[in-house]
Formats: sequence, structure tokens, C-alpha cells
Amino acid sequence: MSDVVEKTLSALPSLLSLDSQAGAGKLSPSSKLGNLIKGITELTSKHEEETLIKKELESIKEQVASPNTTMRQMKEIMVRAIYCEMLGYQASFSYIHAIKLAQQGSVLEKRVGYLAVSLFLNETDEFLLLLVNTVLKDLQSTNLIEVCMALTVVSQMFPKDMIPAILPVVEEKLTHPKEIIRRKAVLALYKFYLIAPNQVQHIHSKFRKALCDKDPGVMTASLHIYLQLIKENPESYKDLTGSMVTILRQVVGGKLPLDFNYHSVPAPWLQIQLLRILAYLGKEDQGTSEMMYDVLEESLRRAEMNHNITYAILFECVKTIYTVHPKSQLLEKAAECIGNFVLSPKINLKYLGLKALTYVVQQDANLALPHQMTIIECLDHSDVIIKRETLELLFRITNAQNVTVIVEKMLEFLRLTYNVWFIQTMNSVFSLGGDVMQPDIPNNFLRLLAEGVDNVEDRQLRLFAVDSYVSLLQGETAKLPQRFLQVISWVLGEYSYLREEESDPGSVMRLLARLLDQRHTSTETRSWVLGAMTKLCSSPVYTAIYWQNLHCYSTERHWLYKTKCLSSLFKLYLTTLIFEVDLIISCLSWLWCCFIPQVDSSLSFLDGYVSDALAAGAAPYKSPHQRQEDLVQEKALSLEPYGLSLPVSLSSCSITDRRSPTLLSMSSGLSGNSTELSHQEGSTTLKLEGVKRVWGKDGYLAQQQSAGETPTPLVELPSPLLSPQSPPSQKPSSGLEPDQEKRQLASSLFVGLGSHNSVCLVRLPSTVWLFIKNCQSANQSNVVKSLFKPFYINSCQSALHNLLDSTTVASEGGAATTTTPQQTSQRTLDHTTSNGNPHVEGTEQRVEAGGPLSLIRGNGMVAVVPPRDLPLTSHLPAELSGLARSEFTPLCSDQDSSLALSACRVYKEDALVLLVFISNNNDSALHQMVLQLTCKELEVYIFQTGLNNKVPLFFSEIPVGRSRNQDRNTRVSSNRDLEKPRIFCESFRNFCSPPLTVSTGDYGKMWLSFSHDLKQNLRLVTTEHQEPLTATLDALKGKLHLHVVDIIGSEGIVACRLLQGPGQGQPCLLHCRVHADSLAVWLRSPVPELPDSLLYHCQKALTET
Amino acid sequence: MQFMLLFSRQGKLRLQKWYVPLSDKERKKISRDLVQTILARKPKMCSFLEWRDLKIVYKRYASLYFCCAVEDQDNELITLEIIHRYVELLDKYFGSVCELDIIFNFEKAYFILDEFLLGGEAQETSKKNVLKAIEQADLLQELWEPPQGWLSELSLPAST
Repeated sequence: MSDVVEKTLSALPSLLSLDSQAGAGKLSPSSKLGNLIKGITELTSKHEEETLIKKELESIKEQVASPNTTMRQMKEIMVRAIYCEMLGYQASFSYIHAIKLAQQGSVLEKRVGYLAVSLFLNETDEFLLLLVNTVLKDLQSTNLIEVCMALTVVSQMFPKDMIPAILPVVEEKLTHPKEIIRRKAVLALYKFYLIAPNQVQHIHSKFRKALCDKDPGVMTASLHIYLQLIKENPESYKDLTGSMVTILRQVVGGKLPLDFNYHSVPAPWLQIQLLRILAYLGKEDQGTSEMMYDVLEESLRRAEMNHNITYAILFECVKTIYTVHPKSQLLEKAAECIGNFVLSPKINLKYLGLKALTYVVQQDANLALPHQMTIIECLDHSDVIIKRETLELLFRITNAQNVTVIVEKMLEFLRLTYNVWFIQTMNSVFSLGGDVMQPDIPNNFLRLLAEGVDNVEDRQLRLFAVDSYVSLLQGETAKLPQRFLQVISWVLGEYSYLREEESDPGSVMRLLARLLDQRHTSTETRSWVLGAMTKLCSSPVYTAIYWQNLHCYSTERHWLYKTKCLSSLFKLYLTTLIFEVDLIISCLSWLWCCFIPQVDSSLSFLDGYVSDALAAGAAPYKSPHQRQEDLVQEKALSLEPYGLSLPVSLSSCSITDRRSPTLLSMSSGLSGNSTELSHQEGSTTLKLEGVKRVWGKDGYLAQQQSAGETPTPLVELPSPLLSPQSPPSQKPSSGLEPDQEKRQLASSLFVGLGSHNSVCLVRLPSTVWLFIKNCQSANQSNVVKSLFKPFYINSCQSALHNLLDSTTVASEGGAATTTTPQQTSQRTLDHTTSNGNPHVEGTEQRVEAGGPLSLIRGNGMVAVVPPRDLPLTSHLPAELSGLARSEFTPLCSDQDSSLALSACRVYKEDALVLLVFISNNNDSALHQMVLQLTCKELEVYIFQTGLNNKVPLFFSEIPVGRSRNQDRNTRVSSNRDLEKPRIFCESFRNFCSPPLTVSTGDYGKMWLSFSHDLKQNLRLVTTEHQEPLTATLDALKGKLHLHVVDIIGSEGIVACRLLQGPGQGQPCLLHCRVHADSLAVWLRSPVPELPDSLLYHCQKALTET
Repeated sequence: MQFMLLFSRQGKLRLQKWYVPLSDKERKKISRDLVQTILARKPKMCSFLEWRDLKIVYKRYASLYFCCAVEDQDNELITLEIIHRYVELLDKYFGSVCELDIIFNFEKAYFILDEFLLGGEAQETSKKNVLKAIEQADLLQELWEPPQGWLSELSLPAST
């Protein structure tokens, strides 16, 4: 009794304070918890809080340990302990007392005890074992509240191993008259099923009973179990489909008590649960799906109220409809529903709309099309979550045509969100992907790095990149791909200054210098490195190292490299270092020497050959003019029709002789000039008369066009790209309406989806699509506004090298050239010699490639601009290079001179060879080229030395006495390594390349196994700077494509293989030894005639040398 | 549902309920990370987050943030409504609930939560039934221990 009084008194103050504290009226500030909470809220620092809680915990510890503490006090202590734990302070000493409280307390105390247990403990805690008996006792209690509490704690956590101990009692509760007990029992069994499915296997029938429970609450609870069961094994529960459909129909039809309504929607939780179950049941099962179509449709129809909860149901409905076996009518309706989400101003719904789209586009990518503009807007949404979902959606609709744009968007996103992760990922992408990567990946990466305002975040990203690259360079660099090294150089050059606080400022410079020294570094990469060093040298510390290297490398033979040096020098001269004039002069003089071509105009090196040839009875050289006269005189044959095509107005040609493949893209020093020039050139690129004009410099021109304006040439479009310094009005980013910009982006993102004109919102004529597709291959930049940034010119080496290339030419030759940035991925080249029958006349053979030679590109743009001079000599097939030949005559080229056709004649003993060269003057490799060659009377051979640069592609040969009536239509579809280099030549019909490549060891084995041999002495070739043996073997190698296996001292071993004829593929081995003034050769082969024949050719080859 | 957190605008945890077994350390890390992430988000932003492999659904009511973590295939909107329903329940029980109610009577907030969600699943979605169950338990306290029960009932406004 006194106890009661005492408690009453202690509670009084809280009663009294009720009125004065309206807001916090329900708390008891005098209680210890109240004091604690109040005390904490009054504190100002974390430290003070720590001290206070420590003190509190000490006092709690003391009290729980005291035997005098009553259960009631314990309850209050537990609440305080829970509070301390919530604040993040460990009160593990109280766990055991929580269990004790649950065990021994009255109902009120028990409740707190159970709560404390469920908050403190984990499923795995051993303390829980102590709870089992208490739970068991409470489950069997007659007090409903106690049973409820026990079931509640069991449904939250229970030791797995102890389930059998209480399972029968819980099972029993399934038939309890009180629905709340049944419901909790079902949920307890659900928990058991989750942690130990085997233990409840035998009571699956009881779950069915719960499903049929008359109380909707119990039924709902049982659906949790069924969802799990059906998810794991839908096949076993197909029979439930009918019941589920019925339940859903009843729920949707409002048959449940109004209690279950939520914002006047009947039991939304139940509906969603059922929809999810139906999705699992109907997935890939037409029969089952058919059962649910009606109810799904009804759900869609009923959920029309504008409230979150209806949207929740709609969303689930759409998901289910797209998961089960499709019914087109339903799909349409569901797709319409998605529109409600996507177009909603509420951001949550928008998010779910995107999510739903992500889900449905997997079935039909076209469903994204009606929402293009929303998607584009979401792409720039300020909320990262929306952005990410949009990217996820884009990822799902990625196809070959829009992949670059989408990847770029993703990279952009990554940069914004995960700095460190991004750099690391890109590092591994570069290291692994290496040189096989598409060039725009590094370009995009660099652009991302350079973009953006100079805020702290960007600087951090850059600094991180610099740091990670420095540590990479400090390690082993041999394995890093060249592209990655280029990226590294660029970043280090631009952003090394961010490391200024670093103790050793020269370290980056030294690392770069080391890179220059390494053998595996390609020339192109070296240029990048040098560019980086140039940028760095504004700091005097770096300069010493820089000079050393610059001087050193200006002696390098590669002219590209020299240009780079030169540009570096200029930059240096202009910017910083006037004082090192001596060095500059010395460098310049070096460079000067290198640039002066050393030409032997008298062709004295040919004298020997000419005299030999004359001695052998060859006709003396006559100039073309002379020869023509001779011909006219002798045969009186009119050559009029053919005369026209060969010397096609050279004067009109504006192409300079050299087009460097890979220059300047890295040269920031020259890029200023270069872009201007290329801009000028860009204006003469494409002729588009008759082409419908859809894109202008301001973007999509639909409106102007309808107004009937004269279309300006499409040519204008690439020009902003070429000219970072062009007036801002030319930049699409400022010139375009934002809306149009988005439309452009949309068109590039959604390219390849759907039938363009019918479905897409952004209605574009098909020509535009074509254009975009073309751009995708080389310069997708045309479509993406963000690419029109000045930086791009400096750094995007490969995407723009074709542009920059032309600049080099211009700066060298001083003449304007034409280049288009746009490059079609496939070119069709028709070379027709239909009416130009080549003439073969006696010994004085002449071939004129007559008739219309045209290069047709794209949509019928025909241009014949012959290139002026062609450095094609080096591409002559080796066996033809020594023979007398005519000059290289340019035949034609396409307008931008990226493809050129030229020819020359080579006079052989027994035939005249007409060599036709197709040169790709662009830097970008031709990946595919379809070459159709129609030639009635010539025998055509294809000779290929690589497709990426100047390519002599084929030559035709007119053998003496060969029938002229062969009709040949050679169609060569050449992928890069489709055609192996193949030489066929009349003079040594039987031999040679590809050389037989064997190791010394293999050679030894083969040597022993071959039976037919021959020995002979040969003449030694003597040159000034080579060993006689090496010189001789080199000569043989050059002429006959023999493979020199090894040279040891005065001995050398050589191998070759028969290319054609009956013994095709048979090897022949040569062993050569220098003996006095001659070369003793020992030939061995499995074929008897081979050594003899080869020896003959060797003799011949050496005599010619 | 994997867990539910209630925290204030200042980042103070007010309630935490974990439905998956996690160590104390993990729990602390998760709540710290999440509180930080969510507080950094602007009011107009979307209520859903993808966080690790979970989906976070959060909503702010006055000065309190309610935050639930659900699995990927769960319905975000319905989770949002679970939060709302819980707030409704608290509101009904405390009578226009405020943060202080939850601070000082957090154990009651837990009891209500346990009647509404059990083992991470919605147990009883009928508002009436949940409150009835709580009332019964409260009433039982009263019967068993008249003085304390009477006082504690007084210290609460009549829960209807």
C-alpha cells in the first residue's frame, strides 16, 4: 500500500506541470528520462553529451546491479538505457536485465522488457536463448496481451535452433478465436519460414487455411508467406491463381470492410501484394495470365483517383501487366498509364514513371519515344536520383547508333557524382581497353575533366587524376597503352600545377622525360608528352630538364616530331624564356638541317641500273612526250580519248603533297593557327545542291524550310566544330533555342528507335537521320552541343585529327586544302574502265587508263580533284620497285581528297603492269571499303599494304600474249586483314612472299628433314656501310621476300616458301656462308625443282643489284 | 522492409527499428550515412534514393524525417504511404503529434510501430484495429496496476 502511495506522490509533479506545459504536456519532466532528455537538449557540444551519458550509464549500471531495484524501477531504467543506445552509446550490461524484465515483470514491465530485447538484441545473439522459456510461457498464457507480446517478439527475432520448441504452440494459435492472435501467429510463421524454411514445411496446409480466414487481416498476413513461396517456386502454386484473382476482384470491388480503406482506396496494401503475386504466377505462362487479364484491367480502371496510393497501385499494375504473358490491349493501356507518371509535375511520380519506362522498354524500346522530351529534361534534372534513373533508362535503349551519346552522358554523370571512383574506373578502363578502345572514350574523358567551372570539386577531381597518374608513372609504364599515356600526358600538362604544394616540383617533368626515353613509347605519344612538357615549362624549375630533352629530341628523325619541337620552341620563345637564346638557336639550326630535303636531282644512283639495262638491250629512256610522238608515228593510233583523263588539270589541284597522318592534334602551340585554317577550308567541303536542307548552322531548319528559303549548304554545319575561335553566334550552344538543342539531343539519343516518322515526337526527315548516323561514326560531336567547346580542338586527338591534318599541310605548303570532318564510314568507289581498253603493243607498251574515272561518294557527289604529287614510291611492291616505271599520275580524288586514285606503269620483261593506287589521305582508318573493279581485259591482282594510310591497293598486269577476252569483275571487300599481302609477278611466278617465318630451331629440324639439296656460289653484294653478307641477304630479302632467319658471323640462314604452282606452300631453306669473295649457298627443300629454281632467281636478283 | 529510422533535422536519431540482423557497428554506420545523405537533399527532390543495394524512401514531417529502407522490387509509393499511415497513427494516438511526443514517449512510438509493422511487413493496415490493439494493451496496464496506469493515462490525452 505504501508502495502505491509513494508512486502516486512521485507522479504528482508531472500531473501538476501538465497545465503549464501545453506543448510538451505529455511528458514527465521530473522523471529521470525526462531529466536526461532535457539535460541533453541543453548541451552544446558533443563532448558534454558524452560526459553526461557516461555518467548516466554509470548510474544505470549501478541501479540494475542493485538487488533492491524493483521491476518498476527497472522498467524505467530500461527506457533510459534504450535512449542511451539510440544516441549511440553502448549499454550492453543492461541486455541481460531486459530479458529478466521480460521474464519477471508484470504486463506493463514485460512490454518494456520485450521492447528493450527487440531493440538491443540480434537474431544471432546468444542472450536470446534465455528468452525462449519466457516466450513459451507467455504464449501459453491466458492473457491475450501477453500472448500478443510473445508473438510480436517472436515475429521479430528468434533463435533459429529453438524454433521447434515453440512451433507447436504458435501453430495452435492459428486457430485462436481472436483474429489479432491468428494474424500475429501467421506472421510469426512467416518469420520462421524466412529464417528456417525446412522447419515449417509440414504446415503449408495451414497457410492455406489462413489464406481462407474470414478475417481480411489474417488473410493479408498470409499473403506475405505466399508471396515468398510463389516467388521461389511459382509452379507449385499455379492452382492458387483463381483464388488470388477472386480476392483481388473482391478488394477492387470494395467488398472489404471500410476499415481497410486507406484514403478511400480499398486495402491498397493488399492489392499491391496480390498484384505482385499475380506477376509471379503469370510470368511466362499464358494460361495463368489469361485468368488475370480482366482483373488487371479493372484494377487499372478503378485506380483513377489522383492520390499517391492510386499511383502506387497503378505502378504495380503496370509492372504486373508487363511481367505476365503479354496481351496487347492491356499493354497499351498500361503504357498510357505511364504517361500519367512521366508527365506529372510531382517529382516522385516522375521518378516512378522513368522507372516504369525502364521496365517496359525492355520489351519495346519504342515506348520511350513519346516521352523523349521529358527524358531529355530529366537528364539535366538537379536531382541526381532522377538523373541516374534517366541514364538507366537510356542504358536500356542503347543501340549501335546512340551508344556514343549515351556513354558520354553517363560519363558526365559519373564525373559529377563519384570523383575518386570515376578516375579509378577510367584508369582501369584505359589500362585494360588500351588501344582497342574507341577514340572518343579518351576524348570524352579529357573533355569531362577540362569542362566545368573552376570550383573546388573540379579541382579535386583534377588533382586526384594528376596524383593517380603520377603514381602510375612512377611504376612500370611499359604495359600502359599508348592512348592512356597520351591521356596521362595531357592531364599532367594541364593540371600538374594543382600539385604546387608538392615538395619536388620537377618530379612530374622527370617522369615525363622518362617516358620520352622509353623505347616502347610511340612517336605520337612522345609528341603528347612533349606537349605536356611545353605546358609545364612555364615554371623555371622544369626548364632545365625540358631543354635537355628538347635538344635531344630535335635530332630525332621523325619529321612529325620535329614539327612538334618547333612548335614547342615557338611557344617557349613567345611566352617565357627569352634568355636561353643560344639554345633556341642551336635547336632551330638542328631542325633546319632536318627539314632541308636532300635530293639527288641528277639521279646518279640510277646510273648503274641504266647502264646495265642498256647493255641488256633495253630501249633508251624517252620522255612521255617523246614516246607519245613515237607511238603516233609508228602506229598512227589515236590516243585522244585517253589523253584527257590522266593529266587532269593539275593546276586546279590545291592539294599539297604531304598529308601527315597524326599531326598537331596534340600541339596546342599551333592549334590556334590551325583551326583558323581548317575553318577556311571547311567552307569548301561538300557540295549539296539538290540535297534537302534540314540542318543549318542554327540547327534544325524545318521552319525556315517551309518558308521556302534558299537552303544554305550543309557544309556550314561542321564549321562551328572547327572553329573554337569563331564568333559565339556560330556556336550552336548560343545560337540554338534550348528547345531545339534538346530536340537535337533527343534525336541523337533516340536514334534507331521506332519508325522515325510515325512515332517520334521530334519529327525529322529521313535525311537527317542519315546524317546523324554518319556523324555517329566519326563525329558525333555535330549533334551534341557540349562538344563545341574550344578545348576539344586541343585535346581530342583522334576525333579531329582529320581536320588538324589539313592544317599541317597548310602550314607546310602554304596552300589551302580541303578536308571534311565528316567521314562516311563506307565509301563506294567506282572505278570504271569500261571503254578504256588498255593497249598492249609490242615492246613499247602503253597503257592509258582511259574513260571516265570517277569517285562517287555518298549521295552522288562527284568531284574530280586530282592530287598533285604522290609519295607513293615507298608503296611499290618490292618486286616492282627496281623496274623501270612511269611517274605516278594522279587520276582523281574525291572532293575532300581523302581518297585519291593514282596510277603508274611498270615495265617488266614480259609484261606491262599498270599499278593503280588508292590512297586514303585521311588519318582515320578505313574500316571497310568495298571496291568494285570492272575490267574486261586485264588481269587484276590485289596488293595491299595496310589500309590506314596511303594504300596501293591493287595492280593489274598485262602479260604478253595473254588473251584479251577475259572478263573480270573483281569485287573486293576488304577488311583490314581479310586480304593478306599477296604478290604475284610473272618474272618469278613461283616464289616468294609471304616469307616463311621460322625460328632457328625449327630451321634446324627442317633442314635435316629435307632431301633435295643444291650448292652453288653466288656473287656477294658489297656496299659501304654493311657487311657483305648482310648486304647480300638484305638484297635477297628485298627482292625475293626471303626470310632471313639468323645471321651468325659469316654464316646466315634464310627461308622461303613457294607461293603458287603445284608445290604451293612448300618451303625452301638456304644456308649461306661467306667464302672468300663469294657466297656459298646451300639450298634444301622437299621439292626437287625448288632449289634450282630459287637459285636462279637469287642469281638474277643479285646481278640486278 | 529492412529498417526504419526517425531522425530530426539536426540529425539526431529519434527512433530506429531494424528488421534485418545487423551488428551494432553496421547499424551506426548505416544510420550515420543515411542521415547525412538525406539531410543534404533539398526539399523539392524526390523521396526515393538508391543506396547501396537498397531503396530508401523518406519523407519529412515537420522537423522529423521518416526513412524506410526497402528491397529493390518493393513499391516505393506504398512505402511512402506506410510512413504516412504511421504518422497518422502517431497523430491519432498522441493527438496532433510533435517531435517532443516522440522524444519523450519513444517507447509508445515503438509499441505503435510494432502493432502496425511486424517483422518488416505491414501487419495491420486498418487504423482502427491498430489503435484498438494499443488501447487494449494500455487498458490492461490500467487494470493490472491502477495507480500507475491511471496516472500514465492521465499524462496522455484521451486516445480515441
